[in-house]
Amino acid sequence: MNATTSTPSGVGAVPDMNATAALSPEIASQRRAAWTLVMPATIYFLVLLAVPLALTFVLSLHGFDPNLGGILPTVSLQHYVDILTDSYFYEIFLRTLLLSVGVTMLCVLVGVPEAYFLFRMRDPWRSLCLVLVLGPLLISVVVRTLGWSILLGREGLVNTVLAKLGLIDHPLQMLFTMGAVTVALVHVLVPLMVLSVWTSLTRLDPAVAHAARSLGAGRATVMWRVVLPQITPGILSGSLIVFALTASAFATPALIGGRRLKVVATTAYDEFLGTLNWPLGAAIAIVLLIVNVAIISGYNRALEKRFTRRLG
Amino acid sequence: MNRQDPQYDRNGVAALAFHVAFLVFILAPLVVVCLVAFTPDNFLSIPTQHFSLRWFSSLMSDEDFQSALRTSLWLGVTSASVSTVLAVPTAMGLARYRFPGRDAINSFLLSPLMIPPVVLGIAFLRLFTLLDMGGSFVSLVACHALLIFPYALRLIMSALVGQADEAERAARSLGAGRWTTFRRITLPAILPGVAGGWVLAFINSFDELTATIFVTSPTTITLPVRIYMNMSETVDPSVAAISTLLIGLTLAVMLVLDRIYGLNKVLVGNH
Repeated sequence: MNATTSTPSGVGAVPDMNATAALSPEIASQRRAAWTLVMPATIYFLVLLAVPLALTFVLSLHGFDPNLGGILPTVSLQHYVDILTDSYFYEIFLRTLLLSVGVTMLCVLVGVPEAYFLFRMRDPWRSLCLVLVLGPLLISVVVRTLGWSILLGREGLVNTVLAKLGLIDHPLQMLFTMGAVTVALVHVLVPLMVLSVWTSLTRLDPAVAHAARSLGAGRATVMWRVVLPQITPGILSGSLIVFALTASAFATPALIGGRRLKVVATTAYDEFLGTLNWPLGAAIAIVLLIVNVAIISGYNRALEKRFTRRLG
Repeated sequence: MNRQDPQYDRNGVAALAFHVAFLVFILAPLVVVCLVAFTPDNFLSIPTQHFSLRWFSSLMSDEDFQSALRTSLWLGVTSASVSTVLAVPTAMGLARYRFPGRDAINSFLLSPLMIPPVVLGIAFLRLFTLLDMGGSFVSLVACHALLIFPYALRLIMSALVGQADEAERAARSLGAGRWTTFRRITLPAILPGVAGGWVLAFINSFDELTATIFVTSPTTITLPVRIYMNMSETVDPSVAAISTLLIGLTLAVMLVLDRIYGLNKVLVGNH
């Protein structure tokens, strides 16, 4: 689409492609059409996403005093100062961070080999197993968490089996521990890691691995020097997804971790619906949002730099 | 050693053992839930000698459960429809045109995937409290339509991108208007993608817990919220029965999706 061809003759003898004023009617009408198409959803998102988030930020600046009727009209950064200095919140943020790192590492350790083994299978086993591994993503997290609370309970299957095998004398306390929360979250999120690695495996050219083999490289060398570098982007993007979702996980920490093992999401929930300190809860939510977005975009930028440098 | 060994890319015994252990890990919690649902006891136990349907039949007379199921189904259908109706023109605009601000709008519309659901729940609660419509069904639909929009958008976008626009241009150059071209050419071609987007949006609405917990009221409790509340209060096998029904329902949807699109495509496209 050339700007000059459709410009009415004589108008703008020297067409400037960059200036809006010189846009041909055709391009202008195309843009109008595009904007008309995306406008309804954009307005919907402004009203139901941008405005509520802005309102939440304003709310987080207000004071709170249960004796003076709740939310005060004062404006300050006091809640943010509290969150950043109080050791109570410090511990909660640290726990959430450690949990996210641990779950991400386990998902890499378990999910990457599984994706690779799945990829080397033949149909029909391959399709069947892929559905078995990815299907649970479509089942509510609450249901999957219920399974773990049954398995890990004092009278649960894991304790029963361990006792029958004579490995333990009395039931282990597994529910309400960080270990249980970690295992349940790995279960909830590892399909996403498999999915991410799987996607990059399907882009992998099997001829390269064959070539390496026929040139005398051993299995381990092929894995380490040929396959792994090519699926690294998949592992990294899977890690990011798992990390971000663990950092904001709510149902599993709340149900498996219980009241004592608070994470950021459950703390925000308790401030809102338990103690009704809405401004503080809003401040925690805003901090969680900022940290999450900062980690995701920082990670993406670092990756882009690394990979464009290597390619370029 | 034979360098042309055709077996070299087969999984070894260790790999298969790992794979079986992984499948057990993934499926065990779900299988256990289904088993416990058939217990004749009053507590969460795995039945060994006797099986009973008493917890399923107790659901028949459980008004809380039935209203939660109704709410979740209606909420899923309504919000998936709202979201699909919004997503089709948006996907057309984003896939068929290049315009300034396109990338910004694209990331803005996909952002619910990046924002923690707790934060979204709190933001919705704040908005609806100020508007004095907290807890209404309409407010739930409004939230869910936003939360599930990215899923619908992505599936419809990929249907559009996979569909060459030559037929559209031919129709346009033969004098068909934009609307006619869309209705007669584009929509029939992307209909499977649109339907897939609707189903994925429905499932995500049906499963959503965290943001919903902030916006529900006692009259609009959804099924995941009902299960969450039951789990944090009592341990009664009826929760396992509800969960088993949900697992069964999901399996049914998966079979349908598999027949129509191939489940691999839907799942692998969804991330």
